[in-house]
Formats: sequence, C-alpha cells, structure tokens
Amino acid sequence: MADSLPTEFDVVIIGTGLPESILAAACSRSGQRVLHIDSRSYYGGNWASFSFSGLLSWLKEYQQNSDIGEESNAAWRDLILETEEAITFCKKDKTIQHTEVFCYAGQNVEDSVEELGALQKNPSSMTSSTLTELLDSSCSHEEKHKYFTSYEMPAKHTENSDREISIEVTDIEESLEKEKYRGDKTCTCTISDGDKGENKPAEDNTVQPKRNRITYSQIVKEGRRFNIDLVSKLLYSQGLLIDLLIKSNVSRYAEFENVTRILAFREGKVEQVPCSRADVFNSKELTMVEKRMLMKFLAFCLDYEQHPDEYQTLKQCSFSEYLKTKNLTPNLQHFVLHSIAMTSESSCTTIEGLKATRNFLQCLGRFGNTPFLFPLYGQGEIPQCFCRMCAVFGGIYCLRHKVQCLVVDKESGRCKAIIDHFGQRINAKYFIVEDSYLSEETCSNVQYKQISRAVLITDQSMLKTDSDQQISILIVPPAEPGTCAVRVTELCSSTMTCMKDTYLVHLTCSSSKTAREDLESVVKKLFTPYAEIEIEREELRKPRLLWALYFNMRDSSGISRSLYNGLPSNVYVCSGPDCGLGNEHAVKQAETLFQEIFPNEEFCPPPPNPEDIIFDGDDKQPQAHGTNDITMAKVESSEESKNLENPGEHLQN
Amino acid sequence: MHGRLKVKTSEEQAEAKRLEREQKLKLYQSATRAVFQKRQAGELDESVLELTSQILGANPDFATLWNCRREVLQQLEAQKSPEELATLVKAELGFLESCLRVNPKSYGTWHHRCWLLGRLPEPNWARELELCARFLEVDERNFHCWDYRRFVAAQAAVPPAEELAFTDSLITRNFSNYSSWHYRSCLLPQLHPQPDSGPRGRLPEDVLLKELELVQNAFFTDPNDQSAWFYHRWLLGRADPQDALHCLHVSRDEACLTVSFSRPLLVGSRTETLLLMVDESPLIVEWRTPDGRHQPSHIWLCDLPTSFLNDQLPQHTFRVIWTAGNAQKECVIFKDCQEGWCRDSATDEQLFRCELSLEKSTVLQSELKSCKELQELEPENKWCLLTIILLMRALDPLLYEKETLQYFETLKAVDPMRAAYLDDLRSKFLLENSVLRMEYAEVRVLHLAHKDLTVLCHLEQLLLVTHLDLSHNHLRALPPALAALRCLEVLQASDNVIESLDGVTNLPRLQELSLSNNCLQQPAALQPLASCPRLLHLNLQGNPLCQAVGILEHLAQLLPSVSSILT
Repeated sequence: MADSLPTEFDVVIIGTGLPESILAAACSRSGQRVLHIDSRSYYGGNWASFSFSGLLSWLKEYQQNSDIGEESNAAWRDLILETEEAITFCKKDKTIQHTEVFCYAGQNVEDSVEELGALQKNPSSMTSSTLTELLDSSCSHEEKHKYFTSYEMPAKHTENSDREISIEVTDIEESLEKEKYRGDKTCTCTISDGDKGENKPAEDNTVQPKRNRITYSQIVKEGRRFNIDLVSKLLYSQGLLIDLLIKSNVSRYAEFENVTRILAFREGKVEQVPCSRADVFNSKELTMVEKRMLMKFLAFCLDYEQHPDEYQTLKQCSFSEYLKTKNLTPNLQHFVLHSIAMTSESSCTTIEGLKATRNFLQCLGRFGNTPFLFPLYGQGEIPQCFCRMCAVFGGIYCLRHKVQCLVVDKESGRCKAIIDHFGQRINAKYFIVEDSYLSEETCSNVQYKQISRAVLITDQSMLKTDSDQQISILIVPPAEPGTCAVRVTELCSSTMTCMKDTYLVHLTCSSSKTAREDLESVVKKLFTPYAEIEIEREELRKPRLLWALYFNMRDSSGISRSLYNGLPSNVYVCSGPDCGLGNEHAVKQAETLFQEIFPNEEFCPPPPNPEDIIFDGDDKQPQAHGTNDITMAKVESSEESKNLENPGEHLQN
Repeated sequence: MHGRLKVKTSEEQAEAKRLEREQKLKLYQSATRAVFQKRQAGELDESVLELTSQILGANPDFATLWNCRREVLQQLEAQKSPEELATLVKAELGFLESCLRVNPKSYGTWHHRCWLLGRLPEPNWARELELCARFLEVDERNFHCWDYRRFVAAQAAVPPAEELAFTDSLITRNFSNYSSWHYRSCLLPQLHPQPDSGPRGRLPEDVLLKELELVQNAFFTDPNDQSAWFYHRWLLGRADPQDALHCLHVSRDEACLTVSFSRPLLVGSRTETLLLMVDESPLIVEWRTPDGRHQPSHIWLCDLPTSFLNDQLPQHTFRVIWTAGNAQKECVIFKDCQEGWCRDSATDEQLFRCELSLEKSTVLQSELKSCKELQELEPENKWCLLTIILLMRALDPLLYEKETLQYFETLKAVDPMRAAYLDDLRSKFLLENSVLRMEYAEVRVLHLAHKDLTVLCHLEQLLLVTHLDLSHNHLRALPPALAALRCLEVLQASDNVIESLDGVTNLPRLQELSLSNNCLQQPAALQPLASCPRLLHLNLQGNPLCQAVGILEHLAQLLPSVSSILT
C-alpha cells in the first residue's frame, strides 16, 4: 500500500474537516496534485456525523485515547537529514473532553416507571474515563466497575470498516443483555428507600399501549438510521457555503431540507416565531397590531442603512435596549432579539443586531419559509462532498493515515515533506494542517475556547403540530447575565439523521464549564427524562429523553497564526469547528488560505461542461483521468446523497 | 500546467452555440412550412400531429398550430375506432402536459386542454384537478391555471367547500394572490346562498366576519398588498341595486312626462321596454332622451297629447311600467296643478352610501376601528386611507363629512399620482351630501357653491331641482347629463373654469344663467343655450369671449330670445 502512494505532491492536506476539504477541492480543481489524509478512519474530523454505533465507537476511542502508546521514534527519525529538522505531530486527539452519556430509554420489560425515575439520580449508563472522579463520588465502586465493563469492546473494533460495524452492533446487543441484569441490580440498590411495592410489571403493561415506547435496544437496532453530527450547524440560504456549493457545483453531491420552524422559548413555553410574511399572516398568536409592528420593523431592518435617523442616536446602546424603543411588544422584542437576530442579551450592539436581523431576513424565502437549510444525512456530508470534488479532479485520499512529523529544511526554513506512519517521506510544496494535529509544543501559546455540546434522542417534538416532520431551531436565552445563549436544533427522521418516531436534538453553546454543567439546565427545561411519573394531560407533556450525550469540543477558530510556535511559512493551519450557527468561518478561512497560497488562481470555479472539454486522443495525460471522473460524476444522479463513502478508497487497500 | 483540464474558449463555445441555433431555426422553419402545406392540401392526418408537436413542443404559443391540431383531431374522431381514439387522446394529454412544462402560462396550451377535455366522453377530472394543484404548487399565482381549475371544478361539480379549502391553503402560503381571493368571492356566495328576499351575492354575517378577519390579517401584515384590499372592498361591497324607477314627473306646461331610472337603459322607439298607462289605459308615445341622442340614459321623456292635460277631469293618473326591470311607478296630476311627481327619496333609499353595503353598522364600525388603528401605524398607506373614507361614507356620510374631507387631504398628499381621481371622488361625495341635505330640507334648491368641485355627477337625481348654485368651484364643463334637470329655472355657475356648455340644452324652464368669470373662449360655445326656450338672463362677464370685437352683435344673433346678456 505504501508503495503505491506517490511521493511528490503540490499540496498535502492533513485533516478532512470542512475548511481542509474545501481547500482540497479548490487546490485540486485548479490543477494541483493533492494528497488529502486523515489519521482517523472516517471523513470530517470533528465535522463528522456518525451512526449510533459509530458514535459509540467514537466515544470509545476517546476513552482509549490515552492508552495509545508511543512506538519507537527511531524508524522515522532516520529519514531526517542533517540539514533538516522535524516538527512532530500530536499523538492523541485532545479536542474532545468531558464526554458523558445518559441512557433513559427502557431497556427491558421489567423496567418500570419508578425504577427509571430512581435511576435519574445516577443516570449514567456509560461514561468516559474523564468522568471517573465524578463517578467515584456518586456511585458505589461496584456500579462504576459495571459501567466500564458493560461497554468494553474487543480491541479489534478500534478500526471499523462497514463489515466490522455490523459485528459491533451485535456486540452491543450482547452487552445489553448484561445491562439488563445490571439495570435490575442498580434499581434494587438505588430505590431501596423508595416504595418498592409499586414496582409491578403489570402496571407497566397498561401504560405501554398509550404510546409507542422506544427502547434502547430499538435505538441500537436502528442505529444505522442515525447520523449524529458532532457539530450542529445549519446553512444560511444566502450564506457563503451555499454560494460556494452552487458556484463550484459541489451542491449536486448533496441534498438539503429546509428548516421548517424557528422556535422561541419564552416564559417557560416553546412557541413558534413568525418570521416570514406568510408566518406573520398565519400566526394566531399575534394581534393585528403586533403583526403590523413586526412586519414594519423587519421591513426597516432589511434596509436599515437607508434610514440612519432610526438608529443613529441609539448606536451606542445594546440591541435589546434599542428594541425597547421601537414600540414592539415584549414577545416581539424577544422574537427579534433571540430568534431572528439570534444575539445574546447584553453583548450585542444596535448595529450588530440590525446586521444580524438583516442577514436572517435576506436568507428568507430563497429556498423556503425559513432562512436555513440542513443537509440530509447530516452536516458530515458537506466535507465529504468537497472531498469528492477533489477526488474527481485527481486528488488522492488516505484515511487512517497518521503523520509523524513535518520535515523542515533548516536553511530555507520551509517545510519539504511529511513522514507518515509507514515511515514514507512525501514531498510537497504546501502543507495544510488542521489544528488538532499540531503538537502541544507547537500550540503552547494558544488559548483554546471550548464548545459545549449535547446530543439528545427524544420521543417527540418540542412543539407538537399536525406534521411530525419538522426541523426546528430554538435559541434559549441565557438564564443569567454573563452566561451564553444555548442553540437547540431539533431534527426529525425525514432529515435521515434519526430513526422513525424519534427526534435528534443538538444543543450548542460556547463553554463556561463542562458541557453538562452548561447545558443540563436547558435540557431540563425542555425535556423530561424518559421515566418520570406520567403527566395525565398529554398536551402538557414535555418530550422525553431517551438518550443523552454531553461533550466539550475544542474551538480552535479565530486563532492568530503567529501564536503557533515555529511553523514554516509554507505550512498553513485550518481550525476545527467554531461555535457559530453558520459555516461562514470555515468557508472564509478556506478561501483566505487558498488566496494566500495561490494568489492568481480562482477559488472553486464552476466545473466545465463535459461537452466543452477537449479530448486529446494521443495524450494520455492526467487530463484523461480528470475527464473520466467528470463524466462519471455526471452520470450519477444528484438524488444519490450517500454516495461519497470513500472517494479514494482503492488506495487504502 | 499539468493536471489541468483543457476547456474550449468562450469564442469556440459561442460559435458552437451559434451553429446549433442556426440548425434549430432551419428545422423549425421547414416543419412549419410542411404543416402549412399539408393544411392547405387538406391532408389532416397523424403526420400533421407529429409535425406540429415538434414545433409546439419547443414553442407552445404558436396558436395557429393548435388550430391545426384541433382540425386533425376532429377529422380523426370520425375515422378511428374508440380504442385508437383513446390512445390518441392519452398521447395528446401527455403532450399538452409537456408543453405546459415548457411554458406554464401558454394561453394556447390551456385552451387546447379545455377543448380536448370538453370533447372526451369520460374525462378524468380528478387527474385534471391534481394537475392544477401541481402547477399551482410551482406558481400559486398562475392565473391561466386558476382559470383552468375553475373550468375543471365546474365540469366535475367539485363541492365549493373543497375548492374554498384549496384557496385557503394557497392563501396561507402567499396571500398576495388575486386569483385565490377572487375564487373565494365566487365560491362563498355559492356556499352561503342568501334567501330570496335578501340582497343577491351577500354573505351571512358570521361568514362575513370570518372573511374580514382573514383579510385583515393580510393587510395588517402587508398593507401595501392590493389583492387583500380589493377582496376587502368586495366583502363590504354592495350588491347590484335592484332595477327601479326613481322618479316620475309630469309637467302640464311642457306637456311632457319624464322618468328617471336606477341605471342607464335604452328604450327603442316602438318596443315594449316601457309602457305608459294613462288612467289605466295604455298610451303609445315616443320616448326620447333629454339631449336628443339615442343612447342609454338614466332619463327618458315623452310628449303627452295636450288633450289629456287640458280636459276638465279632476285628476289624471300616469303609470310607467318598466317591463324588463319588473318595476313601475305611478304619479297623479291634479287639476289646477302645473306638475305632478312621485319619487324615491335619496334619504330613504340610502342611494349614496358609496359602494359599500348596508351591512350592520356594528360590522362597519369595527372595520373602521381597525382601519384607524392601522392608519395610526401606517399614516401614509393609501389603501387604508381610502378604505376609511369609504367606511365612513357607508356608516354616515353627513356625520363624518368633515373627517372624510381631512382624510381626502392626507390621501391626496400621499398619493399625488391619483390627485385628480381623488378630487372627483371627493366632488361626488360632497354632491351626494348636498343632495341628502336638500332632501331632508324638502326643498328644490341645491347649493353647491364653494365646494371645490371638479366634476358633476348624480345629475339624474336632480330631476326636480329648480335652483342650482355651482359657483366658485373648479368645474371645467357643464356636462351633457345636466340636461336631466328638467325643472331647472336658475343656474349659477360663475367663478369656475368652464369651457363648454354641452349640458345646457333643452332645459325647458331655464330662465337665468350666470357664467361670469369662466373660461369660455368662443361665442360658438354658447350654441347649446339656443335650445333653452325660456332663457332670458345671461351673465358672461369675465370670460375671454367678451374681449372679442362685435361680441354683442354676435350674441344677439346667436341667442335672439335672450333679453339681457351681460358681458
């Protein structure tokens, strides 16, 4: 395998996150020989989406991360010449921390309401090693032991190919068998002070027919229906990413669905925000006068720059203060501030707020009644689409390909090559590296921000309507000043990211503490754990949590290049996912870096029409390769969304 | 550079495109020629279908070719077996659909589909409805498709309630949709037919209130959207007034009977449109209009045989029957009386409550309230201002007169493009108010001085007026309709900008006419006055024509019977 990999490239890109993938496509499109590698077994890095079992193995990887021992340095050290020095790469990924998993879904028939209610106190059914301390304080030693044993998997599963995943699923089912047993045991110990007499299976059976209950084993069984994003983002209909997808024709590799609702959380209630003209017209909640006030304000925001007199005197105050002067009722102020401008209470100035509102409104109506699109099968599709574009134009792909170091020429100070884990030296002119690959040494001056994330699987929507296929976004304003607003995205099964009768809910905010500490209060406001005592009135019931995951992700956006120590000038750094809702940061970064590297090249121009390509009969140059791929890509229908498994797979085996 | 695709330059591309288009044009022209040749030769067979489909497939707006196709299909209908015809029709329907995809707004294509469906023995209307729904999904304002849908719904006898629900769904998506609102205005009266006694085309109050709420949502959301305001106007609109005879007047002096009708009508000289019964026996008379022209008119009159009027009977009864309008009126003239009349009062009939209906005033009041609310938020919205004015008129024209005039000022300021229209509308309302006041006072004198009038209307209502003061306005003419004022004795029209006097013709009783300070240029403009037999006093001071040399002689010649002319 190593022999088949060419050793000369123009650009080597390490990491398959969104900015790297866009850059790969751009470089390849402009005729560069591109090698695109990722140390992981999947595309996207922290931008990836996973099936349920895939997510569990991802979690497992982070538990085991620490165990990866350091193999002998000698092998690759020998390849470095006297005139060269090495910049080593990070050995383990430190971008994910504080992973915590809670399973609320019933696991077998014996589970009753009270048992699971009691479980709520110590709801962990699986947790990562970083939580050991917490568990130590709250659980008995015996329980802790079980948490780890129940999810232990054979070491061979660290590398997962499709075939292996199917094996894993059965393994998990096996482990579930164990869990059943454990669940019972946990109950007996935790509800010992409760009334055990109510704990009758018969009762459970009478409740069951009311609604179809999703059990954990069903989730595992249907795990392939899930495509769980590590980052929760949406595409602004007029945003940079959409423009780029359309311009470069990468859009044909993906399918999108319009977000159907903008929600607001006000006075303890979830309600729909009327933001388009049709919404305002149809709203039953707004009075006539409110309709007019809202429409008037929104119309003003669309061209606020033409009416400076409306805001000039209030430029200095915050947007929320400004809204108070605009004759809007409190609920309208809330809608504009949190759901349309999506700015937090204190930090945002009037101008920023007006700009954000305008941006939101300009995106309305391009593809539907809300300004956002969501990619079917998850956000993880997007980097893969760009990778495909790169491969179509001859880029070479290697997953599970670790890089040991960058090789720097001492004299010129430029990077010449990388050395991979096979000890192969690959030369190139430019190197693009994702932040997480850089060693602690390189990043010692960098202060990273963190993103708090939660992934929930729930049994119904936050706001029930006639249609159960709704894609919603909700901003929960900060409970107290100084904390961050939490962004909630609820996906239905039509987005191909979760199984039927469930909803996949993503929570995101920039971290002040661990993800669970940051987000749990919001989760509690919006959802109720699966097994809490039944509320009689169906309409008052909150959606119930079946499963929850919390984790913190490094936010390496906005870091000045000068903060990285000793990087040669031809090594460029891409950041991991940022906390924002859109993909603006990644696209901007990719374009900026591309222009820096190739100042005279166009960034992702549209691919030529197949008819316009000139075929050179005698010349079996790389062009021929490219043209073949284009016709191939053309033949494949755009409806096929899941067609990007491994653009360069043949190279791996 | 290696690895880079070689791509045709833009010149090469342009050249390739040009050649392609040339080729297309050749094909198109030859096919068109072939079709016309065959048509001329009368060879209406399947080959014509094939040829026309090539052309129409690319350009569905070639109306002549659709005609060709219809001729061919009619011909084939006679020749083919039912099975063959069925396949033919199926193919035609499919072809039509593909043409609609090329141009969803092609008149020819939709019309051809109507024609075809109309000829089928068992048309599949459900499929057609679905087709409409699909095309409206793509463009909810495609009025061609709306038209076709109404045709299909009528043919398939789709319940109006279902169609109403369909308009609901499209209005929900985008309420700027004239077609959808219009369809509602057709469907609602079908769904809620009024009892015979009630006004035709009106809705019961609960339905009306629901519709008003819907349409209010629309104009509060976007007050600049016209479609909602038009629908609002329809909701509050009046039904067509019932045909009626408003006034019947008999004059002994002129031996003349005059009738005014609720709408202009044409009376043939010897037809049975109008029947005149004198003392219960029919009398054949010649009907004419006041200005002598034979055209639809509100006013018709006839000469009576003097024998009737000069006999010694204590009274005569005149009855006019309008056969088409199913209406009649009767008046009595007593011995020793110069005239007799019978009329409906404008005050009783609320003739002038503009175009808005006589819905319960609570409905109108609440509409007025919400419009005023909107007006406060949108002080410059012309639709809102106009609606307020109309509502006020519908509610109480005299009470709201002052306020209405203020709104007119605001409206003119925000909509200067329509200032002249608004001036005319305002004149109309003021005139209506003056007529109401006159009738309340039960006099035959109408004062319209100093009202900034720009136009005269409702003159047919003034049949009985003897004194009319129009001075100090902005009138440019005394229009032909003025000839309806059969009893007018004194007309003051000084201080206007009058240039023509067409209406001052055949006024049998006019004695005094004041036209000082106007814009009469030529003595010829005074020609119509010659037809007024009793005109004695004429004031022309301050008109340009007074400057002409020898004007007095000229006038004496033109109007020999006028005894006093001031210049």
